[in-house]
Amino acid sequence: MLKLEAVTLSQGSFTLRADIGFENRGVTALMGASGSGKSTLLSAVAGFLRPSAGRITIAGQDVTDLPPGARPLSILFQDQNLFPHLTLAQNTGLGLRPDLRLTDDQRRTRDEMLERVGLAGMGDRLPRDLSGGQQSRAALARALVRGRPWLLLDEAFSALGPALRNEMLDLLRDTAMDQGLSVLMVTHDPADARRIADSTAIVTDGEVTAPLPTQALFDAPTAALRRYLGD
Amino acid sequence: MTLGARLGLIAALCVAGALILPLIAVVWRAETLSGFKPSDAGVLWFTLWQAVVSAGLSVLLAIPVARALARRQFAGRGAVILILGAPFILPVIVAVLGLIAVFGRSGVVNVALAAVGIDPVTLYGPQGVILAHVFFNMPLATRLILQGWLAIPGERLRLAATLGFAPPDTFRRLEWPMLRSVVPGIFLVIFLICTTSFAVALALGGGPRATTVELAIYQAFRFDFDLSRAAILGGLQLILGVGAAILSLRLTLPSGLGAGLDRAVPRWDSASPLLRAQDAVVIALACGFLLLPIVLVLGEGVWHLTALPSSVWLAAVRSLAIALAAAILTLTLALPMALAVVTTTRGGWIEVAGTLSIAASPLVLGTGLYILLLPLTNPVKLALPVTLFVNVVLALPFALRALIPAMRDLDRDFGRLSTSLGMRGLDWVRLVAIPRLRRPAGFAAGLTAALAAGDLGVIALFASPDQATLPLVLYQLMGSYRLDEAKAAALLLVVLSLGLFWLFERGTRHAEA
Repeated sequence: MLKLEAVTLSQGSFTLRADIGFENRGVTALMGASGSGKSTLLSAVAGFLRPSAGRITIAGQDVTDLPPGARPLSILFQDQNLFPHLTLAQNTGLGLRPDLRLTDDQRRTRDEMLERVGLAGMGDRLPRDLSGGQQSRAALARALVRGRPWLLLDEAFSALGPALRNEMLDLLRDTAMDQGLSVLMVTHDPADARRIADSTAIVTDGEVTAPLPTQALFDAPTAALRRYLGD
Repeated sequence: MTLGARLGLIAALCVAGALILPLIAVVWRAETLSGFKPSDAGVLWFTLWQAVVSAGLSVLLAIPVARALARRQFAGRGAVILILGAPFILPVIVAVLGLIAVFGRSGVVNVALAAVGIDPVTLYGPQGVILAHVFFNMPLATRLILQGWLAIPGERLRLAATLGFAPPDTFRRLEWPMLRSVVPGIFLVIFLICTTSFAVALALGGGPRATTVELAIYQAFRFDFDLSRAAILGGLQLILGVGAAILSLRLTLPSGLGAGLDRAVPRWDSASPLLRAQDAVVIALACGFLLLPIVLVLGEGVWHLTALPSSVWLAAVRSLAIALAAAILTLTLALPMALAVVTTTRGGWIEVAGTLSIAASPLVLGTGLYILLLPLTNPVKLALPVTLFVNVVLALPFALRALIPAMRDLDRDFGRLSTSLGMRGLDWVRLVAIPRLRRPAGFAAGLTAALAAGDLGVIALFASPDQATLPLVLYQLMGSYRLDEAKAAALLLVVLSLGLFWLFERGTRHAEA
């Protein structure tokens, strides 16, 4: 369980309050308009923004004061997920050891994961030689080899076209399920949520609603969702 | 705060201390103004007016050159831009030797004048000082103004074309507003550079009519052994520098050394043959002015290279050592400082500490260090370390200017990614900082090495013959009219300083995504 306990986030004049928990396993979508604060919420969970009040716990452990790299989670951003001067293998290897001194076993793990995301044999390439979809796959591979129980996605695939994006979402769901990861993903697109999210929470008016099963939520939209969808 | 940022903070404190202590020493030693001589007013007056004239001429001459480069695309344009960048790292004393070869008593110009029966002109005096300043600063002004020209949005020029603007319209509506915003800052920068002029004044000036404050410090020091007078003059120079620095805070200063000059803006209003010819002449004249002196010196220097005495080679080794040490030390200070500037909340102060030296001139620092060292040891013994120190401090603003934007990009683009992967300390340095910063770091190191190798400043104040660096030896050769050897030494010095720049800069250029 990932919990935000009476958390207040402030950025300038913007404030967001959250008192909410996300279940382990499966995919939770955080949906909201741009500027609603959903990415702010995610950066607080990831450790880039300190809450001005409240605490964040993951599996009972208080992580509020932990640096980002020490939290039991990985995060994928919208862009700049790969170092442009490092090869795919190196970029992925960073997930195993931040100093890249890999053992043979770790190398094997890395190559298997690259293969799992469909990048077999491409380890020597630099990010600039890859398509946007392939870059996303590499970033996903790194998040997977890190093996942290939570995976956060901050509009990670929103720069991709619809077909590629769906492909990545499916890959994400399948691999996350294989590895037993819990996924928390920020999106503004209801289609993303409906495609892979088991439950969905709405960020609106400086508050976060409790996550509800996605299917049920869309079948009988709450007021918050109706406002967001605009019907 | 990370360890790196903490190191940067310590580096900034050290630099600030190392700058402020000598300045306090100067002010303390200068305590009374009783040593102020009437002739010092003349020195101050010359320093100011020659700087105004030098800066004015440099900017005025630069405007047509920059305009020609902004609106013309031609084969060799890149080479012209390169030539315009070279004087910045060309050792001052080499350029002076070149100007003597062109404008000196037996130079090309006087030979030509004699052929048509006109009395020879002399290079020594205010005119020579100003000419040399224009030689160095006209190219700098050209590059900076060219940046302004290239920053005029192409859409606006396209709009001007659809409205049928003739060149005067374009000038009035687009170019003049641009010039009005960039030229004052450029003028001020060049004025500032010229007020701290030492090597040029040492070689071409002197006497009651053409002595700058910096040169007067040197003379009080070397010839009169009058430390308190040197300190008073140092205080005067410091007031000048601080005044100019405060003035410069009110203006947006050009962000020199810029890249991206390798394109011309498409223009539709200046295709007439007359304008084309005008631009071609302007560019050719500028190149001739910059190249002829250097070509004359280096071309003749080649023939005398083998005749150089071993003392010159030894001096070259000393200069090389200082240059390399200065490059390494400067980077060692600048990298953590840049990190601290970018990642700490009060980073602005660290940047200020790193650029303080702009207000302090080399000879003022030298005088201050002499005063500080005198009770402890014989300062002359430390001529080379002091030279190294002054060069590091003076190069630091340039290094920071190159590194801070790159560090800022690095932090913005990959800061969160690095933290989220837990990359810290040396891992971060090895896997992220070095690969991402190698270009600006190489540039900073190259610039520092070139400037340190060619520096003729504080070394002239301190050095005994057995510690002379190559620029000082070159100056001494000129002083004893051994011009052939001087030209060979100049060639050696150019190879050394431009070579170091080239090695550092090119060596770190490849491998970027």
